[in-house]
Amino acid sequence: MRLAFSIAMRFLSSSKTQTLLIVMGIAIGVSVQVFISSLIQGLQKDLVDTTIGSSSQITVSSSENNRVEDWQGIISEIASLDLPTDLTALSASADVPVFISSGDRTLSVLLRGLQFPESHVIYKTDNRLIDGSLAEGDGEVIVGKGLKDELDVNLGEEISIFTPDRAVEILKVVGVFDLGVASLNKNWLISTIGTAQSVGKLGDTVTSIEMQVSEVFRADENASVISERLSGSALLVTDWKSQNEDLLSGLNGQSVSSIMIQVFVIIAVSLGIASVLAITVVQKSRQIGILKAMGLKDSTTSFVFLFQGLALGIVGAVVGIAFGILLIIMFSTFAVGTDGEPIIRISLSYGFVMLSALIAIGASTIAALVPARRSSKLSPVEVIRNG
Amino acid sequence: MANIIELKDIKKVYGTVVKTEVLHGVDLEIEDSSFLSIVGQSGSGKSTLMNIMGTLDQPTSGEIKIAGKQTNKMNKNELASVRNETIGFIFQFHYLLPEFTAFENVILPYRIKGLKPSKEIMERAKELMEVVEISKVKDNLAPNMSGGQQQRTAIARALINNPKIILADEPTGNLDSDTSAKVFSLMRDLNKRYGTTFVIITHDRRIAEETDRIVEIRDGNIFNDIKR
Repeated sequence: MRLAFSIAMRFLSSSKTQTLLIVMGIAIGVSVQVFISSLIQGLQKDLVDTTIGSSSQITVSSSENNRVEDWQGIISEIASLDLPTDLTALSASADVPVFISSGDRTLSVLLRGLQFPESHVIYKTDNRLIDGSLAEGDGEVIVGKGLKDELDVNLGEEISIFTPDRAVEILKVVGVFDLGVASLNKNWLISTIGTAQSVGKLGDTVTSIEMQVSEVFRADENASVISERLSGSALLVTDWKSQNEDLLSGLNGQSVSSIMIQVFVIIAVSLGIASVLAITVVQKSRQIGILKAMGLKDSTTSFVFLFQGLALGIVGAVVGIAFGILLIIMFSTFAVGTDGEPIIRISLSYGFVMLSALIAIGASTIAALVPARRSSKLSPVEVIRNG
Repeated sequence: MANIIELKDIKKVYGTVVKTEVLHGVDLEIEDSSFLSIVGQSGSGKSTLMNIMGTLDQPTSGEIKIAGKQTNKMNKNELASVRNETIGFIFQFHYLLPEFTAFENVILPYRIKGLKPSKEIMERAKELMEVVEISKVKDNLAPNMSGGQQQRTAIARALINNPKIILADEPTGNLDSDTSAKVFSLMRDLNKRYGTTFVIITHDRRIAEETDRIVEIRDGNIFNDIKR
């Protein structure tokens, strides 16, 4: 075995250009894998984050009258459940559609009564407040940046709103938020639950209980557990996956195409290694013949080529990972948006990098099987007879 | 004296569709420590005979005994061990491994045995290289040596495992007459010094004349067998 290894190393180092070419081939393959998969993972994470990062991922609402009774009870019941993936946020909200008149126009907006501070996890209301303070007392409200401009109100001023049943309420603007989404900034008023309840005449009910989970793609599993627990009541449990099928199939398509690219890269790299090593068998047939004449066993001859494949795979994978990480760093440094942030926040998964390295090493060794077999079948007589 | 190689009714047929019989039943006994030559025109079957004696090729029928062991029923791995331990080969085109230095080439057959070279074997390799006068080029890669140096390295390599038999196929065929004479007298010397049996295959009558026994092969049969 030692001999096979040292012959393999000698064969590789004696034809440096050839060795360098295969190593580069493997390295480029691995780096493409690492880069593409990290890019697509980053892209998906970004996409999921923008789409559902600041909204409810599992929602409990009423299927009948838009009112959820005993919401504190339901919240503590959900909190006590043993769920497939942990909840990162759990809060109630009372939403009331209202109208605001601005000059000669009437704007339709949503007054969202949120449960502070629990709802900060979902809406980041604390971080996204750009002016003033949070709505804490009754009758206080914070407005979106867009709505503030449209209404032309200042902090401390009062606005009057109409509820659907034509009641008029006066609310005081205490802060301005920017949720990063123009439509929300234009359409939301945020207050405490109490304010919204009294405006909407909801009594002590809310309109929904909202949740976020740590593993977003398992939200549906949680939803079914919760819905089983709440069955019997007139409550409806929905999760983001059932309502975003387009997004999901898009993400799926990306994953599949990423896997396809990787599979073909692996195949191309393996074919390259197999063909170069097959040529090496021919190039080195004289040496193999003489080694066999001196008593080298067929199995040891095979190991010479397997070791070559293994060594090429290991070096190629290491260089490839370095290349891939370099590519990612370059991409994150140079492909930046106007705010100086990278266009796509690339996430490097160490597990995947290791997997990709192992696949490359495995593929190189398997690719070396064909030449290894050929070399073990080579007869010394043929070499000696033909010179 | 005991026979080191015994061939009994060796026949060799090449081809499956068109069958060509190259050896027509050769009987040959070679004594231990002898120094003989096998001569014949090219195509006479002498190389085939050598390959069969060296267990590189299997006869179509007949029996072979090498150092008392019947080899024609052994499997490939057993044959490889026999070759490694009992037979040293010297070929016309030297066949050193160009990726290795002269010294590494010399100890290769020992490493093929699966052993880590001991101090003794390193010493033995150095001694052999001194005997064949290649100590100066011991760290040269094979391609950086002259033809004569390469052939002498090949001889040292053939001797490293202290084999009972050296099979030399046209060992001087590729060398000029001066070097050729030196290599020949070296083999003669080694035969006396270590008692190794030398079987030299050649088509050169003048070389054959110098050996103790000349076996002439013609058309796949032993035509002449002269001992002196």
